[in-house]
Amino acid sequence: MTLRWMIFAVVAVLMTCAAQAETMRMAVTTSFHNSGLAEVLLPRITQETGIEVQLLVVGTGQALKLGQAGDVDAILVHSKAAEEVFVAKGYGTHRREIMYNDFVLIGPEDDPAGVKDAATVAEALQKIAQTRPAFVSRGDDSGTHRRELALWASAGVDVTDASPDWYRAAGAGMGATLNTAVGMGAYVLSDRATWLKFGNKAGQAILFEGDAALFNQYAYLPVSPQLHAHVAHDSAQRVEEWLTSAAGQTMIGDYQIAGTRLFVPNARARE
Amino acid sequence: MNDLWEGVAAAFWLVVMLDADLMEITARSLQVTLTAVVIAAALGLPMGAWLAINRFRFRRLTIAVLNALMGLPPVVVGLVVYIMLSRSGPLGVLNLLFTPTAMVIAQVIIVTPLIASIAHQALRDLWADYHDLLISLNTTKGQRIRALIWDARRSLLTATLAGFGRAIGEVGAIMIVGGNIDHLTRVLTTAISLETSQGNFALALGLGFVLIGLAIAANLAIHTLSRTERAGRW
Amino acid sequence: MVAVLPLDLKAATVRRRGRHIIGPVTLQVKAGPPTIVLGPNGAGKTTLLQLFHGLVRASSGQVSWAVDMPQADLAQAYVFQTPTLMRRSVQDNIAYPLIVRGVARRAARRQASEAAQSVGLGAHLEAPAHVLSGGERQKLSIARAMITEPQVLFLDEPTTNLDGRSVREIEEMLMAAVARGTKVVMATHDLGQARRLAGDVIFIYNKGIHEHGPASGFLDAPVTPEAAAFLNGDILE
Repeated sequence: MTLRWMIFAVVAVLMTCAAQAETMRMAVTTSFHNSGLAEVLLPRITQETGIEVQLLVVGTGQALKLGQAGDVDAILVHSKAAEEVFVAKGYGTHRREIMYNDFVLIGPEDDPAGVKDAATVAEALQKIAQTRPAFVSRGDDSGTHRRELALWASAGVDVTDASPDWYRAAGAGMGATLNTAVGMGAYVLSDRATWLKFGNKAGQAILFEGDAALFNQYAYLPVSPQLHAHVAHDSAQRVEEWLTSAAGQTMIGDYQIAGTRLFVPNARARE
Repeated sequence: MNDLWEGVAAAFWLVVMLDADLMEITARSLQVTLTAVVIAAALGLPMGAWLAINRFRFRRLTIAVLNALMGLPPVVVGLVVYIMLSRSGPLGVLNLLFTPTAMVIAQVIIVTPLIASIAHQALRDLWADYHDLLISLNTTKGQRIRALIWDARRSLLTATLAGFGRAIGEVGAIMIVGGNIDHLTRVLTTAISLETSQGNFALALGLGFVLIGLAIAANLAIHTLSRTERAGRW
Repeated sequence: MVAVLPLDLKAATVRRRGRHIIGPVTLQVKAGPPTIVLGPNGAGKTTLLQLFHGLVRASSGQVSWAVDMPQADLAQAYVFQTPTLMRRSVQDNIAYPLIVRGVARRAARRQASEAAQSVGLGAHLEAPAHVLSGGERQKLSIARAMITEPQVLFLDEPTTNLDGRSVREIEEMLMAAVARGTKVVMATHDLGQARRLAGDVIFIYNKGIHEHGPASGFLDAPVTPEAAAFLNGDILE
């Protein structure tokens, strides 16, 4: 860990040198930040565009709020429906897909519900609903939480009304929820990046992965300069250009944790 | 238990290596908290003294409100300050959101009632002692407040240190108004919160031990400078 | 210096929360030798002194000095039965009334140092006031009261519970003040002290002034049977 802090320190020195340059604020979701990708991307963005990106690490709900209020210049989140509403209401200029990673189902290594053998995520969730081991939900209206609810719905399991006693809503961020799930020996849905970087895995493992329904699309939304004249829209656009450029996309695709690639870049040229 | 020892080791190495990031967030923690506590003391101590020597209609209510504000959840303070400082809020044009200044503002709001309330309790007893003498000497209200604050300075120092303790360990409010931005608004407590959310318990604990050490060092330094806790002095 | 005396009370009455404490009192306190206030415990000696000094207000009637109030306030000082010590050094305690009146700190402390020397507290200048003995505490509070050179000095039983030597030293301080022209108005229950110091005596009984006259006359030949009984050591209710 000390090593990581020392890398931070070097980055700090570099970034202090560039601190005179323009800055922009970007609200990102915890899952993105926990992947560690930002620590690689941001120094590179500063180097190539001269823009220092200040990250606000919050849940999707709060990120959308910050963008709506004009407190950040752009947001990078993963909740398509909410993002489309954000653009439709004029809070953001547009929505640009950047990359995706995926969600995984985590649980105790001995897998009491037997989700390892499931063919689809829907089947895995049905098995959990039948055997009723503890399942911990984010319960915080974040992108991950919304996705989890959608998955339950597609599996035909009702966890919203009269939440069953095996279904526990933590009301917390991904990390805190993972800590809770590990503590309880419970199943939990997490984004892959957070889990790979998570330091407290004790007895838990990825039990189900790979279903296309688990793909997790990240999109970049600049905050509308029509609504908030003060936002650094120009910087936000240049950062978007860099993220969607060949260099940016390659860097995202090459990023690995413990030999595992985390993100699949999928930005398309702007229409 | 294993995490605890790893935490102690992590703290040890961070301090021994004079880790640059640690130094930076520690300095920022101190800067934000000391600024907030100095401002809160400048507001809270006279407020406590004023409440101690004045009898007015809503005195009991004021004191009850003050005591209740001591228990104010920092997250609520953070939210209110956020709403005020947000670009869409009434003070948005100041552009203070996500800056150390915003964190200072939130901490002042959290700490001032605490300092004022403890100061009021200490000064109320002293005022009972001094009342007749200071009236007999034809002192003005300002002179009474000054005499009480000066003569109770050691109890008031304790009140201020209680404020320091609450501010340095506070995370809920400064997380919201500061944003925990690396190299800008990240302090010890928000870093601890971040490391915990990433499951890095040892590092989080290490930072926690650094925080405790810092609080102890600050207390000792202030007591040494002011020569309290020595025999024969107040 | 304009003389603030005589102090005139006209039918002055003190009531506190509907209870009658003392009065109506009509009397005059003139310049000259000490006025001693005598009377059984609970008769209202302290209230009378505080009424004189303005710490207690008259509920009805009048209390007036020869000059107007702000001036009269500056020309008097009060010594409490239990000395109120500020949490400061002996020197800073004595200097405080000067500082309240706007004297520069350095000058005030120098004057306080001289005053402390003259009453035998010179060795304790820098000591915190609360380490002093009972007698020293009362000497400090008298020195503090005298530092502004008041024309009138009120004292409420200043030597109660003190040893003989402290009593003698405090009486010497008071006699020296009287010799400098200070009017001393003191409550006591020590008849010997009254004999040693009094120019005139106010005898309080039953919430009012029962007798007021020259000390020699009162102490040797009281007019009222209650005063005679009090001087005789009988219990008065």
